Formats: sequence, C-alpha cells, structure tokens
Amino acid sequence: MSEDVTRDPVTLAVIQSSLQQVCDEMDMSFSRAAFSPIIAEANDRSDGIYAADNGELIAQGALGLPVFVGTMQFSTRVLIEMIAAGEVAPPEPGDIYIVNDPYLGGTHLMDVRFAMPYYHQGEIFCWLSNTGHWPDIGGAVPGGFSANATAVEQEGLRLPPVKLFKQGELDREIYSIICSNVRVADQRIGDVKAQSAALLVGQERLDQLVQRYSAPVLSDAIAELKRRAASQMTQRLHEIEDGDYTGTAIVDSDGVVNEPLTIQVNIKKAEGQLRVDFDGSSPPCAGPMNSVLATTQSSVYLALRHIFPDVPINAGAFEPIDIVEPTDTFLCAQYPRPVSGCAAEVSQRIAEAVFAALVKALPQRVSAAPAGTSGNFALGGYDPETDRSFVMYQLSGGGYGGNHDHDGLTNGCSTIGISKSPPIEVMEQYFPVLYREYALREGSGGAGEYRGGFGIQYSIELLRGQATASFVMDHGRVGPQGVLGGMDGMPNSVTVWRNGEPYVPEHLSKDQGIAITAGDRVEVGTPGGGGYGHPSKRSAEKRKADLDNGYYTEPQLTEQYGDPE
Amino acid sequence: MNASPGAIAGIDVGGTFTDLLVVDGQGRVRFAKTPTTLDNQAHGVMNALSHCALPLSGVDAIVHGTTTTTNAVLERKLARTGMITTRGFRDIIELGRRTRPQAYGMFGTFTPLIPRSLRLEVDERLDARGRVLTPLDVGEFETAVKTLLAQSCESLVIHFLHAYANPQHELQAAALAASLWPNAYITTGHSLLSEYREYERGVTACVNASVQPILDRYIHRLTEELTTAGYRRELLVMNGNGGMVSAGSVAREAAKTVMSGPASGVMAAAYTGKRAGIDKLITYDMGGTSSDVALILDAVPSVSHELELEYAMPIHVPMVDVRTIGSGGGSIASINDAGLLQVGPESAGASPGPICYGRGGTHVTISDANLALGRLNADKLLAVDNAVSLRQINQAIDQQIGQPLKLSTEAAAGAILTIANNKMAGAVRMVSLSRGHDPREFALFAFGGAGPLHAVAIARELRVPTVLIPARPGITNALGCVVADLRHDFVNTINRPLHTVDRHTLQQTLEQQTRQGLQLIEDEPVSIESVECRHSADMQFVGQTHLLNVPVPSTSVTTDELQTLFENAYRARFHVELSEIRANLVNLNTTVIGYKTPIDLSVLIDSETQCATLQEAQTQTRPVWFDQHWYDTPIYQRELLPADATIEGPAIIEQLDTTIVIEPGCTADSDNDGNLLIKVELDV
Repeated sequence: MSEDVTRDPVTLAVIQSSLQQVCDEMDMSFSRAAFSPIIAEANDRSDGIYAADNGELIAQGALGLPVFVGTMQFSTRVLIEMIAAGEVAPPEPGDIYIVNDPYLGGTHLMDVRFAMPYYHQGEIFCWLSNTGHWPDIGGAVPGGFSANATAVEQEGLRLPPVKLFKQGELDREIYSIICSNVRVADQRIGDVKAQSAALLVGQERLDQLVQRYSAPVLSDAIAELKRRAASQMTQRLHEIEDGDYTGTAIVDSDGVVNEPLTIQVNIKKAEGQLRVDFDGSSPPCAGPMNSVLATTQSSVYLALRHIFPDVPINAGAFEPIDIVEPTDTFLCAQYPRPVSGCAAEVSQRIAEAVFAALVKALPQRVSAAPAGTSGNFALGGYDPETDRSFVMYQLSGGGYGGNHDHDGLTNGCSTIGISKSPPIEVMEQYFPVLYREYALREGSGGAGEYRGGFGIQYSIELLRGQATASFVMDHGRVGPQGVLGGMDGMPNSVTVWRNGEPYVPEHLSKDQGIAITAGDRVEVGTPGGGGYGHPSKRSAEKRKADLDNGYYTEPQLTEQYGDPE
Repeated sequence: MNASPGAIAGIDVGGTFTDLLVVDGQGRVRFAKTPTTLDNQAHGVMNALSHCALPLSGVDAIVHGTTTTTNAVLERKLARTGMITTRGFRDIIELGRRTRPQAYGMFGTFTPLIPRSLRLEVDERLDARGRVLTPLDVGEFETAVKTLLAQSCESLVIHFLHAYANPQHELQAAALAASLWPNAYITTGHSLLSEYREYERGVTACVNASVQPILDRYIHRLTEELTTAGYRRELLVMNGNGGMVSAGSVAREAAKTVMSGPASGVMAAAYTGKRAGIDKLITYDMGGTSSDVALILDAVPSVSHELELEYAMPIHVPMVDVRTIGSGGGSIASINDAGLLQVGPESAGASPGPICYGRGGTHVTISDANLALGRLNADKLLAVDNAVSLRQINQAIDQQIGQPLKLSTEAAAGAILTIANNKMAGAVRMVSLSRGHDPREFALFAFGGAGPLHAVAIARELRVPTVLIPARPGITNALGCVVADLRHDFVNTINRPLHTVDRHTLQQTLEQQTRQGLQLIEDEPVSIESVECRHSADMQFVGQTHLLNVPVPSTSVTTDELQTLFENAYRARFHVELSEIRANLVNLNTTVIGYKTPIDLSVLIDSETQCATLQEAQTQTRPVWFDQHWYDTPIYQRELLPADATIEGPAIIEQLDTTIVIEPGCTADSDNDGNLLIKVELDV
C-alpha cells in the first residue's frame, strides 16, 4: 500500500469491494432473519453506508431493492439536518432511529427506515441505514396499498425520526405505540430484530475494515472512490450525444379522479452532465399516485442504472446528474398528499419516461418500454372453512420491451423490484381460491423487429365465503410504448366476474373494495412489452416460430406485422 | 499386474480431462489422465482404462461421474420432449416466477426447455389438499399423447397441479401413456421430488425427461464397451447427491446426475477430512473459468434440493450443495473507466484461454499473473499448445496493467492476485454466511488445478486458520467415485401447521421413505457393510418463507418434540426466540445410506518415491513474489516429500496436476494420508 491511498488503485479497488461486501452482508443478514416474506423472500429491503456529514451514499448492497437506490441518502441527510437543527434528539452510540415519513426522504409508509450512527473514537464516522417493507403499517387498507386514499393519514401510521433503540436497548414504549397501530403486530418483532441486527452486522464488519486500513485512509479512499465513480458516470454519459431528449409516460389515473396523469421528462445533455426536469408533468393529484421527491429522484437513478449497470452505486455516480426539483407537479408530493402508489407504480413509469427519452440517444443500451406495473391485486375476506380472515396478494410481472439484440423477456419482474411471485400451489394452500388459468397472454407483446415479451393472463375464483378485491395497477389506458417503429404492448386488463356478469373498474387498473362471493372470478391480463424496430423487419423465421408457439394468432400476426420487408 | 479381487475403479469425466483412479483389494493404486472426448465421453473413459492396462474382469466395481446431463442441459442438446399439463397451466415452465437475469439491466432472454407448441393441456384438477375437483379426461389425455407422438417426441412429461399432495392423476395418466408410448421415457412431476411449487417441480421433470434418452444411450454404449472389454459387474454412476446408483436405473432419474462430478469431489473431501480429524470444511475447487465452493459439517456435505443450474433453471432434487463463484484461472484482469483494477467477470475460458496457454489469448488473466510471479513453473504448464515466453507474458502485463497504473510488472501482477483473492474470499464468505456459518470455524479444503495455488491467500483473507491439501488434488473427483456409498434421498411435502399434523402422518411418511430407500439399496448389485437412515424436517414459523432444516432423531418423533427441536435450531441459527409463534412443517426428509468397506487413503502416496529429507525433495530455488518482494523460494516435488515433512513458507510444492503455494509465515505439515495441513499466519 502506498502512503497516499488515492494514488493506489489496488488498495482502492480492495476497499471498494470490501465496502460493497459489508453492505451485501447486511442485506443477507436482514433477509435471512426477517419474518415477513416480503423481506425474506421478495428482498424488499436495502442496506447501505452513508456519509457522516451529509448522508451521501458511500456504498449500498448489490441485491437491495432497486427502487431504494439513492432513497436512503435523502432520508439520512434529512435526519442529519434535523439533528443539527435540534428537531431530533442527538445520537449516542448504540442508538437506532426509525422513520417512515415519506416527505422526509422516503417512499411510501410501508418502507420503514432504520439509521444507526457508526462511531470511531467518539466521532460519527458514517451512518448505517436500511429500509424494509413492512407487510402492514396500519391505515384503511391491509398492506397499505390504498387505491383511493386522499390523505396520508388514511394510508397508515407515520413515524418521524425517533430513537427506537436507545444505547442498544429497544424502547418498549415507542414499540408498543407502533404495535397498537399495525395489523398482525405479533410478527413485527421478528422483522424489527432482523432489521436492527443487520445494522449491527454492518458495524462489526466496518470495525474490521477500520482496523485494517485506519479511519483516515478509509475516509480518503471513500472520497477518491466517489470522485472516480463520478468520472466513470461522466464517461458513460459521453455515449449520449449533446442535445435535448424528451420522454413521456401516462399514468392511468390517480385512483380518485379518473383522468390520466402525464409524466414528462426532459433531459438535456451538455458539458458532460445530464440535466433532468419534469416540466410539463401533471400537477399534484387527489389520489395516492403522488410521488415524493426522494422517490422521483431515485427513479431517475434507477433508470440510469438499468442503462449503465456496471457503474458502482455511490454518491459520485449521481454527481453528473442534476435533477431539477419538480415543484408543483405530482412528482414532488407535499404533506398531506397520499403517496402509497409512488414506490410500486409511479416510480416504474418515471423510469419508463427516462427510457423513452434516452432510447433515441442510446439505441444499443435501452429497450422499448417494459410492463411497468407491479400488478398488485389484493383479496381480503373471511374463510368459513378455517374460520379465519385473510389477505392475499397476487403481484404479477409483464413483458419487457424488445431491444437491439433480442425479444423482450416474458413475465419479467417489475422495473423497480427483484422479487419472485409466489407459486400457485402455495396460494391455493393458504387462501380459499382456485386458479382457473395462469398463462402466457397471447398477442400481448408489442410487434417489432424485436418484439416485446408477453404478459400473463390469470383467472382466480373465490371458493368459499365472501371477500373484497382491490387493484393498484397501471398501464390500463395505454400499453407500454414501442420504440424506433415498434408497436405498443397490450395494455393491462382487469375484469371481475360477479354472478356471471363482467365488471370492469372505472379506472381500468385501480379500484378498491369490490365485493365478491364464492364462485365469482377475477381475471387479469398484464401488459406486454413494447416492440423495438419496425415490425416489417422481423424475419420470416421468427414470425413462423411465433405462430407455431401460438404467441400470436394468424390474424394478429398479419394485423400487427404486415408483410415481411 | 492383475487387479486383485475387490478392485474399485473411479472415473470422473471433467471438462478437460478424464481421470481414473483404481484401488485394489491389496491397497495398490493406479491412475490415468486422458483428454475428455466431448462428443462421446465413453471414448475418453475407455482410453483411460486402457492406459492403465487394467484387466476389467478382475474389477469389482466401476464408479462413473459424468457431465453428460449437465452439458446436455447447458448446451440445450436435448431430446425432443412433449409435455401434458392441467388445463390452464401449460405455460408454467415458460412464465417462471417473474424474474430477470440481473438486478440491473432490462436485457436478457429465457428459452423454455420444451417449446410451447409441444405443451398440451387436459381437463383434470386437484385442490391443495389433493382432493379431486375435476377427474382426468382419459380420452383427451390419450389424444394429447398421440398428438405428441405424431410430433416425433421421444420423451414425455406429465405435470399436474398439486400432484405432490396426491399423485393419483399423474399415476393414472402415466399408465395410460405407457400403453401408447414406444419407450420408457415418461416422467411425472411428482416422481423425482414430491415437493410443492409447480414451476420448480415442472422444470425438474422437464430436465429429467429431456436428458433421459441422452444419458440412457450414453450409459448403454459405455456398458457395452466395458462388457466387451471384459467387465462382468454392473456399472455404477455417481448422482449429484454424492451417492451412486446402478447403470440400469440411473436414466430413470437422469436429473439426479446433474452435478455428479462436483458432488463426488465434495464427497472425497468429506472422506479425507474425516480421516484427518477435520469435520468442518469449506471445499474450494478452482478451475479455468469458475470455482466451486461447498460446506461440510460433521464430515457430511450439505445437501440441498434447491439448486439453480443457471438463470431460471431450478433443478429440485437432493444434491450436494455446490455453489459456483465466477472466478477461475482464466478470469481477465483489466482497468475500468474509474482507473481501478478489476479481475473478471470476463473470462478467457479454455479457448483462447490465458496468454500462457499459447492458444491466441491476448488478455492478461489470473494464470498469467501466477506465472509472472514465479508461483507457477513456466516449464511445466500442462495445457500449453504453443510455447509462449515469460517475456511475452510480462510484456502483456506491463502494457495492459502496469503502465496504466504506473506499477512495475511484478507489482501489477501482484495486484491482480490481491484483487482476485479478495474477490474470491468475499464470494466464499457469502456462501458460508448464506447458510448461517462463520467461515473462521472451518478448514479450507483446496483442490482442482488452481485451488491449492490460491488457497492460503484466500484462507488468510477469510481468517481461516487451516488449509488442507489432499495427496492428489487433481483427481479428487475420481477419488470421490471410489469412496462413494449408496445413497437415496426422499422429500415429501406436508406444508401444514405442526399442531394440525398427527403423529401417524409423521411416522408413516418417514417409515415409507425408509422402506423405499432400504429396498433400493437392497436391489443394487453392490455389497454393503452397513446401512444408516437419517431423517430431517424442513420447518419455518407460520408466515415465514425461509426453511430451516432440523435433524429428526427417529421415525417415532412426536409433534411436540419436533416443535422443541425446531425452536432450538432456530435460536442457534438466528439468536432469536419466537416460541409464541407456531411452527409449520413443510417437508419430511429421509436419507438412506449403504456404506461400502472403507478405503485406506494412505495408499494414495507412494512410499517408494519419498525421500528421507526435505533437501532431497527440493528440485530448485526460484524467485517468487510475495508481499511486494521477491523471495528466493525453495521448490519441492510433492512425491519426493518425506513422510513427516514440515515446510516453512515461503515455499512452492509442485506435482503433476497442481501447484501448492505456501506463503511466508505459514507452515505445512504432512500427515499419514499424504495430506498437507497448512497453518495459516493470520496476523499479517
């Protein structure tokens, strides 16, 4: 190791991967010990290391939920500012703050953040923070995904930053307030212990790093790695020709007022920087499709990371990207605007708008639009056979967009997530439902030289008792957009069959509290990905394979593809 | 010499070499290493046998580890297979569990094992408890079978929802199909692993059906050639669970032979470690493109039934839990746009391979760095086609790494190893942690061509105090074949809250599994010294999805005892007490092992070649780079080492198929089985 670590690329590389390793181990520890399937199985969580002075991201776990890329640095920064302003009690060693306030650098209320100061020789060296999606946070709807809340209070319990652990001890009083306000509270302790234990794992591993390299060397290395990530991102951005790029995505409605919302993204590439603004986007909305600033910014980062997956995640990578605060739009929600749809839905549509803008500049790196919705269908009811109430969620994937090299993936995960959907055999064990169909949605992939992937088509029948169905989905009005001559994927479709009569939600993809009884069915078709390139360029061989496999019917093929070029 | 009665031959077919190890009843050993013949592995196998000039009439057992099935799946060279499913669910194996190949990047493709045009649906339906909701439409099913035959399918998969809970419809359908299908290649979803999760079970069945004819033909050809050569017993084949089965029955459950090679290596490690008195091992097998890592606890390799062979390719049959990490000798070193040195993920593979192979490779790799630093002997490279000089390698390192980073050639090569070892150690650590174990409590068992080259450095990073290098690291997989026992694993899904399960169900399931296993072992043409039955339960708290495997002492276990066993195991693993929450019993498992007569591993070393002193075993001294300095380092020849050698690092020990690096400050001792036990200096 040379004396100046900033000029020692070997030690720098080792420190970089060691910091990454600390975060990966926190992620793993959190998932393995967590109680809720949404954390343990779906990995809806993230862990990272943040700067002591301003909360900037130093490193984040590679398998954290993608939408959290960057959100915790906003959250940690707000916490640091509030401590400095005397609005939050100052930290002591062993303290862990809890916060889920969306307007303080968050997402939706279900994403609960923990932050712990990491001390070295009596000084805060950095912060360790993590986010976990709690399965319930109180509010009007079990699980928190209200389709038509009009204020955040209806969405659940909102926690300002408070110390849940004081000098290592759980504050039973605060904890009892939380437990009195959330459903299935008895299982929360498992998640709280897992989330705090993950921070302690990080602390222990950081201790070893500090011991090995010393705190000053580590600080210098962190600063240098940030500089280098910035220069790496700048070099990537050189691939984008200077100029203005715009993209648009349409959100079906806010769940309350049945009007489309527009996300308009304008990207200016000049002097090695990207300036991103949302001028022309819709104003704040009445329903829960508002996005808070941290989520909006994080969605832009997320989209760029999908485009440049090899740039390491730290604050430096974000430096050449200037995101103008979209004040007075629904992408910069202020209290008390409802926000439960921002992390799962609006964030994906922001990413889609960024993809749509940059595909013209980076046709080799960006695909046509992916399905762009988490497809959240919730069914709550009472099962007379087991004498128990239940809440079941069916989250669904959809088709990815085609790209310069191949067709889009079928039934891909949401743009912002990495979680698997549960097996049908598990759902039917736990809930009084019967799946009549779970199939590839034929014809849904947008036509193109490289077509979009296919969405899915499912039909779920209630077997016993009564239940209410809720939907928070999107892309029902228009399908995921095709690019460079490709066609749009098929839009999302929801039909509830009650007593043999079809019911289609007024907002197409969003509704709440639809009463159904035994024998009624819910049918959903998820969006297909957008097509890439003009359909006439698709080879005869690929058309034939699509036909043989029944991906399209013959009329669909003729209609969407026309004659080969 | 004639092989005396009791001779056992182990043959492992790897990517590059086919290895043979024969141990006879008098404790004499023979080895052969021949190039693997990729188009028909049987040629390589027969070549190896003829190299040994082994009269097969005197051989008691030939045990074979094969990559036939793994290669067929990875290269998608599969038999044409049709599938019949429950109506509404033929797309299960194409839709998967809604994933993407990488967390970041919206690219990637997935091709289902069976194309949609060969997947048909029939009316039939069970509920989650196995009750019939819709009876099987026999006429429709027969029509579907005939349609697939008309489409020239050779194999058939029958996959119905909830067949794990009640196999009635699948059995009925299989019987109907058997009367129409011209061969025995019919796989039902529940038969390989009676476990819930329709995607994973379905893909496993598809893998089985589509490799069945390929494995069958291969084994058939090989058996014929062996018989012609005079072999009179039945050929035995290694399964991925580390046990062996007879050739006659192996194709029926062809999917179980996936990972057969890596599994046998881990079995050999467990066997070797147990004799050396070390029963907690992390195995580290470093090859050209990747490295395999596995955990051994109490001298027993961890077994998992959740392997994912590649993206969205789950194979859910019990297999030794071998994880592949992405670094190997061919991993390429480069400078990224941040000006930082990185090693991998790109690999030069076997072709063009590292520069030092002389096959046209131009990118600097881990192997090249090892050569430049004197760790590898430039004169003794095995895979070299055209001689490349050390000067050329140094030049490439200098140009690609040294100059951009302003480092000397040796410092640049040293940096490549530092980065590579750090990365590999991190990956090994994650494998260990993901199963809830601190790597510091283990010894590192290194084998494969490059494992012993890096083991000490990786152990130091991991703070693992001991490295074990077996006598013959390059034939560890073949040794695994020789020491393998008969083994059958059974899994049955219960998936109900424990308090609703009655004791009868527990007992009946475990006893049924035991009976099946004992019967299978009795049917094998192999003499067995003793039989052991192990039981376990996969459990969780109600509401959780992660499973914890809990050993179960006997088939007469009660639900109360199970609850206590689970809570204790949970507390030990997660340090969390949750006794207020109820437990869920997911799977009951039984493993039945038929043990053969043990083999004395000291036969692997030849006492005649051993020298009396260490000095005599030293072949040369050459400069080797460690910790920023060149050290004049003694080079020893492994076969010449005295029986009770103690070697102080720095030192290099060379043998035919591997090179062992002992870093400064570390000490190696040899034991009776010819293992080297290296004490790792941890305070550096």
